[in-house]
Amino acid sequence: MSNPNDEIIRLEGICKNFPGVQALKNVDFCLRKGEIHALVGENGAGKSTLIKVMTGVERFDEGKITYDGKEIVIRSPQHAQNIGISTVYQEVNLCSNISVAENLLLGREPRKLGCIDWKAMNKRAKAIMQDLDVDIDVTQPLGSFSTAIQQIAAIARALEISSPKVLILDEPTSSLDAHESNLIFKVMRKLCSAGVGIIFITHFIKQVYEISDRITVLRNGKLVATHETASLPTIQLISEMIGHSLAEYDEMKKSEFVVNHKKALLEAKELGRKGMVEPFDLELHAGEVVGLAGLLGSGRTEVVKVLFGIDEPDNGCLIVDDQLIKKHSPFEMIMHGVALCPEDRKASGIVGDLTIRENIILAIQARLGWFKFLSKQKQYEIANKYIKMLNIATPSSDQLVKNLSGGNQQKVILARWLATDPKMLLLDEPTRGIDVGTKAEIQKLVINLATEGMGCVFISSELEEVMRTSHRVVVMREHEKVTEFAGEVSEREIMQAMAGGE
Amino acid sequence: MQKIKSFLLKNGPLLATVAIFILVYAIGAQLYPTMKKPQVFFNLFINNGSLLIISIGMTMTVIMGGIDLSVGAMIALTSVASAALLQKNADPVFVMVLMLLMGTALGFVMGCIIHYLKVEAFVVTLMGQFFARGMAYVINESSITIKNEFYNYLALTKINLPFFEKAYVYIPTLAGIVLLIFTFILLSSTRFGRTVYAIGNNEQSALLMGLPVARTKLIVYSFSGFCSALAGIVFSISLLSGYGGYGQSMEMDAIASVVIGGTALTGGTGTVLGTLFGVLINGIIVSILQFNGTLTSWWTRIGVGALTLIFIGIQSLFYVKKKD
Ligand SMILES: Nc1ncnc2c1ncn2[C@@H]1O[C@H](COP(=O)(O)OP(=O)(O)OP(=O)(O)O)[C@@H](O)[C@H]1O
Ligand SMILES: [Mg+2]
Repeated sequence: MSNPNDEIIRLEGICKNFPGVQALKNVDFCLRKGEIHALVGENGAGKSTLIKVMTGVERFDEGKITYDGKEIVIRSPQHAQNIGISTVYQEVNLCSNISVAENLLLGREPRKLGCIDWKAMNKRAKAIMQDLDVDIDVTQPLGSFSTAIQQIAAIARALEISSPKVLILDEPTSSLDAHESNLIFKVMRKLCSAGVGIIFITHFIKQVYEISDRITVLRNGKLVATHETASLPTIQLISEMIGHSLAEYDEMKKSEFVVNHKKALLEAKELGRKGMVEPFDLELHAGEVVGLAGLLGSGRTEVVKVLFGIDEPDNGCLIVDDQLIKKHSPFEMIMHGVALCPEDRKASGIVGDLTIRENIILAIQARLGWFKFLSKQKQYEIANKYIKMLNIATPSSDQLVKNLSGGNQQKVILARWLATDPKMLLLDEPTRGIDVGTKAEIQKLVINLATEGMGCVFISSELEEVMRTSHRVVVMREHEKVTEFAGEVSEREIMQAMAGGE
Repeated sequence: MQKIKSFLLKNGPLLATVAIFILVYAIGAQLYPTMKKPQVFFNLFINNGSLLIISIGMTMTVIMGGIDLSVGAMIALTSVASAALLQKNADPVFVMVLMLLMGTALGFVMGCIIHYLKVEAFVVTLMGQFFARGMAYVINESSITIKNEFYNYLALTKINLPFFEKAYVYIPTLAGIVLLIFTFILLSSTRFGRTVYAIGNNEQSALLMGLPVARTKLIVYSFSGFCSALAGIVFSISLLSGYGGYGQSMEMDAIASVVIGGTALTGGTGTVLGTLFGVLINGIIVSILQFNGTLTSWWTRIGVGALTLIFIGIQSLFYVKKKD
């Protein structure tokens, strides 16, 4: 257990302004040796900004930082690293074009005659990854691996590059499944017993309780409180985070869905694509939410990709609205009233240098064709409607999206597709990196949309969430649809199906 | 099999470049049998010495996600400045060192503006181009002949090559080759080189990885400046004169060579080896047209333009394949 006198880093009275936003107001924070300190708060609360201040990415306007007993100024991420503060930032921030080994070790690679000693480097990288129970070919470019592996590589780098005293993990588990999260927890525990102080940011309340010793809550850029985890009830934590109690979280009920005997909105028959997903059948009715459950990499994303025509199926057929789809392409599907909110917001969709408004109207505009313009006024109307509906934390709809917090960017993507007013909505991990309050909002929203007659496919790594929102749950395993549950079903049954075997 | 496939995917653009070079050479040799002489091949190195040198600098800049449009004008400035100094009986070695320092310094300044003031590299180096070209004409509006013994010696001494009878290159030709080998090692197997690739992929990520982004960018632009000054020296030795009009739009030839050599303009991928073949392809087209004698030199431009387009096409094909 940590000792209160063993402070490694202490921040006092930190203030940070961005144009139009005060991201941090007089925040105090301290981290002890050997503790895991959870940093929680809603989207846009200032968590990432606090981290960036601590690691020299952003300069703070006021306040002071004491590190190892001395007041210091952290000049750059490199400087932070040199003095023992290592960070894994919110989005995976490695370079996808160079090999995993280089990503892990560049900067302190083994050298021979001034050149990189590739053999030693690859060997070392391999060993590092194996330490984390990941066995991969480290000479391959990082970009060829899954997000989970990339995330683990990012952590491995943070550990490797400077045997750190402080390790900061900004939402490291947001794109990992339970097994992979456990891998990371294992590493975290090992490190903190070696005396490293760890700051852990997450929106998974369960994980906060599972691993942290203390919790600091931020709200609207202000410090709410720091607690010992053991003595803080969940209810209080949540109400501190969102500023009021989360009554509606429990009240939420899915609408009663009665199978009407009309034809399905969307019907896939033996649809599949070699190497991506085995042929599957799927029906989606108006007013229905179909959940896709499965472990990471089980083929959930592939299912919606094939449905949406991003990857052309090579087997079976797809019928939408009584029409057989002949040419599979996203454009075709959009024209049939299907929308896909993709999983990886950075790679597929968000345009950081456009404003929120522009990002939101992008898809509607595409649907209208580029020659019919939406009036500015109409654009603002739409943008503001969704900003309000999804609770996007921003001073105005003219803010550049790259200046939003991670979770709020996710909401903008969601807004973009909602704005097209689709008949069928495919949501791939729409709640990743979104805070508890808004998560509940989004679940409610999905249920409401279904009540209004939309058909939704809902993918989430959180089984609880899938069960709460969906009328039917389709379980994927190893790129194959294994089974489908309708009506009452227990969490255990689904989990068993996900894992396979008995 | 899998290994071969991944090798092909990894080195596809480079192999395509080499294949095209061989193909074009073979066609040329069919049409004009004199092209079968080894010396014709070595002439490619002799005639394109300066282009090779600036293309090497350009490769590094482009891999890093930048661009340097000042290189052609820098050749002109270097040639005029050295010619003017030599006219005043300055020591030739001193002149060369001074020119290299000047090139490096100009590159460094442009790098500083690009990095610290966050101005587009395109804009900054275009200004650098205007500045260099302008300065060249300010020093002297007309061509200055170089009459220096050392320069003459460098220009006219042949180095006979082993293995090939009667094949030779000149001393300055070696500069490009040495630089090529040096840069190849630098890019493929040093920390600095790999940092260049990382920045080209994602500067923000490289910064957050704690890599020395600022230093690397400054070094790369300084290096490109160094290369263009070196190219200027080689150029003035081969023509034994200096003139503000030299190297007109040579930066474009360099960029084309870099792209043909398989380096993506978006940064993050590419090799100098590819660039070498890019330069050679450029050269071979010129040679064929010279052997032909009836076509105007503008056909070179058209040929190179078409090839560049084809290569951009090939690259994006490979890119799409890789993503799968
Ligand atoms: N570069 C910037 N320019 C302007 N505003 C910014 C910038 N970076 C962050 N902000 C704003 O500062 C506030 C805090 O953002 P921050 O990224 O710290 O949130 P967060 O707590 O990490 O949220 P999330 O859980 O969604 O990641 C947000 O309102 C965001 O819009
Ligand atoms: Mg954040």
